[in-house]
Amino acid sequence: MGYRYDFEVITEWISPGEKVLDLACGDGSLLKHLNKVRQVCGYGVEKDPDKLVACIANGINVLQVDLERGLAGFEDGFFDHVLMSLSLQAIHNTQGILAEMLRVGREAVVSFPNFGYWRHRQSILNGRMPVSESLPHQWFNTPNVRFFTIADFDALCEQNGIAVRERLAFDEGKLVTEEPNFLASVAVYRLGRER
Amino acid sequence: MIQAQSVGVVEPRRIRFTEPLRLRGGGVLPEYDLVFETYGELNAARSNAVLVCHALSGSHHVAGHYADQPDNLGWWDNLIGPGRPLDTRRFFVIGVNNLGGCHGSTGPSSINPATGKRWGADFPFVTVEDWVSAQARLADQLGIERFAAIVGGSLGGMQALGWTLQYPQRVANAVVIAAAPRLSAENIAFNEVARQAILTDPEFHGGNFYEHGVVPARGLKLARMLGHITYLSDDSLAEKFGRTLRHGKAVYSYEVEFEVESYLRYQGDKFAGFFDANTYLLTTKALDYFDPAFEHGGNLPAALARSSADFLVVSFSTDWRFPPARSREIVYALLHNQRNVSYAEIPSAAGHDSFLLDDPHYHAVLRNYFERVEI
Repeated sequence: MGYRYDFEVITEWISPGEKVLDLACGDGSLLKHLNKVRQVCGYGVEKDPDKLVACIANGINVLQVDLERGLAGFEDGFFDHVLMSLSLQAIHNTQGILAEMLRVGREAVVSFPNFGYWRHRQSILNGRMPVSESLPHQWFNTPNVRFFTIADFDALCEQNGIAVRERLAFDEGKLVTEEPNFLASVAVYRLGRER
Repeated sequence: MIQAQSVGVVEPRRIRFTEPLRLRGGGVLPEYDLVFETYGELNAARSNAVLVCHALSGSHHVAGHYADQPDNLGWWDNLIGPGRPLDTRRFFVIGVNNLGGCHGSTGPSSINPATGKRWGADFPFVTVEDWVSAQARLADQLGIERFAAIVGGSLGGMQALGWTLQYPQRVANAVVIAAAPRLSAENIAFNEVARQAILTDPEFHGGNFYEHGVVPARGLKLARMLGHITYLSDDSLAEKFGRTLRHGKAVYSYEVEFEVESYLRYQGDKFAGFFDANTYLLTTKALDYFDPAFEHGGNLPAALARSSADFLVVSFSTDWRFPPARSREIVYALLHNQRNVSYAEIPSAAGHDSFLLDDPHYHAVLRNYFERVEI
């Protein structure tokens, strides 16, 4: 993956010195960035052995935990922010992990590819599954297991008592303010618990 | 990049310590020897030292071989050497035989200066904390104020953890592998069966068997056979031996029939041929007593608040002696204290003994961790 513009948005939402947990942290690039510019007390969670080794090489704290089994062992409200960048769509237990993120963190930050993006809709209309910058895989080798749109995610948040504190949508790097469910390829959310 | 290789020919060294060591169990060792080996060179800043702590049956002979014994490889030779994960071109690595041991450091089979006879049953109880104290004195002698890393598997991992609590300022990194913050009741139960095998052997003579010119070989053999089962896994035993019968069919005898019986008897006999029964007893008790959380009402996060090292914690999926859940206790207690910690849970079929093998993922984790250790 090349330049990750959701990193900039996420960084803006993190204050210096925060406790941060990054789920499915990949090679640890985001945490390394946050360590550098926000001096966070950061931990990554990654299941994949090669990515785990990459995290260690990158000098970040990483814990090998299977997210499908939740975050048992992590204390309630310990983290200021729990992050999941472009991975929610690759996890089966969507509602479980969202609940866990808001259990162990004051706020959760998630970004995901919008399956309702107009180019994706156009592909489907043309009879083919979408392949794009935000959905780079073919249908037969994608790690994604949940296919949802910005509107779907909004509805899920409402249904589960999750407060959407902020939402930014992008069309391949450019901010989208009108009709995000149609015009945005990626959305980044800042979530909290409803009182 | 050179081909990774062994450190080659090594020689043990010995230092006598004449300042008495007060032991946690109440005893005092007026003087004692520690036997150790070193690999690589201590740098001018004395900042590149790595201590490797051994487990129940290990020793100071961690890597390389002796000139006259080319087949006697160190027990963690696959980890240590030029180009290996713990790279001796960069680090100065130390292995030391613990107090109470039977590989050259002062132990129950050594001569008690007060009596001129072997210590035997009079050798005082030693704990993980006592070992750490003795290792610290060795570090003083070698001019090492602070270790770049302290590494250990199993009981060795407990020593690495113990160091971060006893001498927090003297450990930059602790690598705690296949360990636990304290034994479970089941662990202690296995140790107790092993001890009873030795203690009830008629040739144990209350620990003073040396005077009788015998060794409690049957007890020691049984202890080792039992222990050995717990270091392996159901899968690895099935893969190695299955139900293979020596005669191809049942012959209805108590002689060796199943191959796994042959293996265990061989391992037991081999062990009883060189290991000291009193050392085995002392060491299993040291395992049982280790519990840094005890003084904190069982609260491990409170106990680990003293530590300041960075940690790498590693466990193995089929280790049922010290399962991954036990390593996670350490990890979450460190996380509570906002310590730097990474945790790898290695898929492996080989059970507790996995920590001695060279699984590529496991060694990649260690290699990359050691590469980032600052010296």
